[in-house]
Amino acid sequence: MNIIVSIKQVPDTTEVRIDPETGTLVREGVPSIINPFDENAIEAALQLVEKHGGKVTVLTMGPPQAEQALREAIAMGADEGILVCDRAFAGSDTLATSYTLARAVRKIGDFDLILCGKQAFDGDTAQVGPGLAEHLGLPQVTYAIGLEVEGKKLQAKRLLEDRYEMVEARLPALVTVVKQINEPRHAGLRGVMKARKAEIVKWTAADLEADVTRCGLNGSPTNVLRVFAPSRHTKGERIEGEASEAAVELYEKLRTAQVL
Amino acid sequence: MEFAFTEEQQDIFAAVDEICAEVLAPRAEEVDKAQEWPQENVDLMAQSDLMGLPVPEEYGGMGLGFLDWGVIGEKLSGACTTTGAIFGAHMLAIYPLMLFGTEEQKQKYLTPLARGEQVGAFGLTEPNAGSDAGNVQTRAVRKGDEYLLNGSKIFITNAGPAETYIIIANLNPDTGMRGLTAFIVEKGFEGFEFGKNEKKMAYKSLPNRELIFNDCRVPAENVLHRERGGFRVAMQTLDVGRIGMAIGAVGLAQVAFDKAVAYSQTRVQFKRPICEFQMVQKMIADMAVDIAAGRWLTYNAAWRKDQGLDFEQEAAMAKLYTSEMVGRVTDHAVQIHGGYGYCEEYGVERLFREAKLFEIVEGTSEIQRLVIANKVLKNARKK
Repeated sequence: MNIIVSIKQVPDTTEVRIDPETGTLVREGVPSIINPFDENAIEAALQLVEKHGGKVTVLTMGPPQAEQALREAIAMGADEGILVCDRAFAGSDTLATSYTLARAVRKIGDFDLILCGKQAFDGDTAQVGPGLAEHLGLPQVTYAIGLEVEGKKLQAKRLLEDRYEMVEARLPALVTVVKQINEPRHAGLRGVMKARKAEIVKWTAADLEADVTRCGLNGSPTNVLRVFAPSRHTKGERIEGEASEAAVELYEKLRTAQVL
Repeated sequence: MEFAFTEEQQDIFAAVDEICAEVLAPRAEEVDKAQEWPQENVDLMAQSDLMGLPVPEEYGGMGLGFLDWGVIGEKLSGACTTTGAIFGAHMLAIYPLMLFGTEEQKQKYLTPLARGEQVGAFGLTEPNAGSDAGNVQTRAVRKGDEYLLNGSKIFITNAGPAETYIIIANLNPDTGMRGLTAFIVEKGFEGFEFGKNEKKMAYKSLPNRELIFNDCRVPAENVLHRERGGFRVAMQTLDVGRIGMAIGAVGLAQVAFDKAVAYSQTRVQFKRPICEFQMVQKMIADMAVDIAAGRWLTYNAAWRKDQGLDFEQEAAMAKLYTSEMVGRVTDHAVQIHGGYGYCEEYGVERLFREAKLFEIVEGTSEIQRLVIANKVLKNARKK
C-alpha cells in the first residue's frame, strides 16, 4: 500500500516568537523539528508498510529549510520526500494550506492512505488534516490511537475525551493520529546515510497547477488579529487543620468573597 | 592534520547522541540496578545499525572506520556504561573474524554479528592465564574432522547471551604460545557450558561468566586463521580491544565530569556556588585537561588504525592513560559531590566503582607499560 504522510516542520521551542505586524510565526533563528504528532504518523505509516508492503511518501509545505524535516523522515525509514515550496504559499492559513497540499496529493496520484498528526505543535488548530480530506473528498478519521488495514478497508480506534470509538472506513482515506498510537523510532545510521543522499522532490505553485488566488495570504480568509499568552491561573489556597475547623474557615472565606 | 569530523560523521554522531540522550541515559541507573542483561539496549543498538560499524557492507556492516566506532562507543559508554561495555566486547569477536575469517566464516559468523542479530564474545583469560597468554591451558586435540576442546575460561564478557565465541585454546601447552589456536565456537556446541557469573564490585548487569569445555566438539573448519596461529589472533584482537577500553574510559570520565560541573554550579556553600571556589576550580580544570588528553590519545590510535599505520603502541598508550585518567576524574567527581557523591542517588559513586575496571581488563596498566617500553626500545635499536 502507498501511504502519504503529511508533515509540518515546527520550531523546537515553546517560546514561539510572533511577528507583531502579521501575527504569524517567525521561524528564523529557531531550531526546527518535525511536529511531534507527525512523527507518530510517520511511525504508523512505517509499521503498516512493514506489515503490508508498499511505500511511504512524506509531504510537506514550507520554506526551503523544511527539506530538513523530510530528510529526518527519510532517516526514520520513509522512501521519499516532497517539498511544496513557493513564495505564493507564504502566509497560508489552514484552508489555503490544505488546498495546496490537496493539489500536491493529486499530483502524486496513486495512494491508499494519508496520515497526519492530530495537530501541529505550534498552531494547534487540528484543521489541516480534516481540510485535506475534504478537498480530496476522502473519508476522514481523526484522533486515531489504533489503526489496522485489511484489503480496501481500515479499522481505527479513536481516542475521544471520555471513551474510545471503533470506526471503519474504505480506502483511500485520511487518518490523523494521536501521540499514544506508538513510540516513534529513532533513525539508525543506515537511515541517516540514506537521508543524506536522498533527492528531495520540489514542487512550486506552477508544478501543482494551483489556483494562486486560493494559496498563501490571498487564499486565507483567516486574519490573525492578535496572538497572546493566556493569563495564568493564580495559585489556589490550601486550608490546613481539622476538618471541622477547616470547613468553618472555608465557609467564612467563601462568604467574604461573596461566592455564597 | 585535520581535527574536524566530516559532515557525514557529524550527522551520524548526532543520530547516536539522540539515541543516547533520549533512550540510553535515562534508563542507565535502572539497567545497572536490574542485574540483568539489558536486551532492550542491545536490540536498540542493532536497530540503529551500531553493531557492525567497521564491518564492510557486504558482511552486514556499515563500512565505517574504527575512529567512527570509537567516537560512537564513547557516546554509548557515557550514556550507559554497561551498554558501552557490551558494545566494546562484541567487537572482540567481530574484529578477529574481519581480520582472519575465511569467506565462509565471514558469511556464517561475521554477518549476523555485524547486523546485530547475534552478540559476540572473546575468550582468552583463564584462572592462570590472562596477561600471560602463553600459559593458556584449555586444550585442543584434533580428532578427524573436528577438534575436542577441554578446559575453562573465566571473566568472559557477554558470555551467556552471546551466540558466537572466539576461543583461544592450546594444541600443545608444553610449547606455550606457539601452540595457541583460535576457534569459532557456537553457543550450543556439544560439550560447551557456562559456569558461574562473577559478582563484581560494579557493572552488575554485565555478564562475566566462566566458560566450560568438556570434550567440546568444534568442526575443523572453525579454526580461525590457522593451527598455531592463535597468539597472533589474540594479540591483534587485543590491540583493538585496548582502543575499545580507552573509549569506554573516556565516555565514563566525561559523564562523571559533566555531573560534577553541573553539581558545582548548583551546590551553594558559604552563600556561593562551590564552583566559585578555587580548589573546586582546580579539580574542574585538571579533569578537563585529563579527559581531553585521554580522548586525543584514543582518537589518534583509532585514526592510525584507519590509516593502516602501526597502532599497537598508541593503543596501549591510550588504554594506559585513559584507564588511570578515569580513576582520577571519577575520584574528583565524587569529591566535588561531597556526601552526596558517596550516595547512590547521584550516580557518581557507581561511576567511581566502575572506573577501576579499566586498569585491570584488556591488559593491566603494568602490561601496557611493558608493551609501550618494548616498542620504544625496539624502535630505538633500529636507528
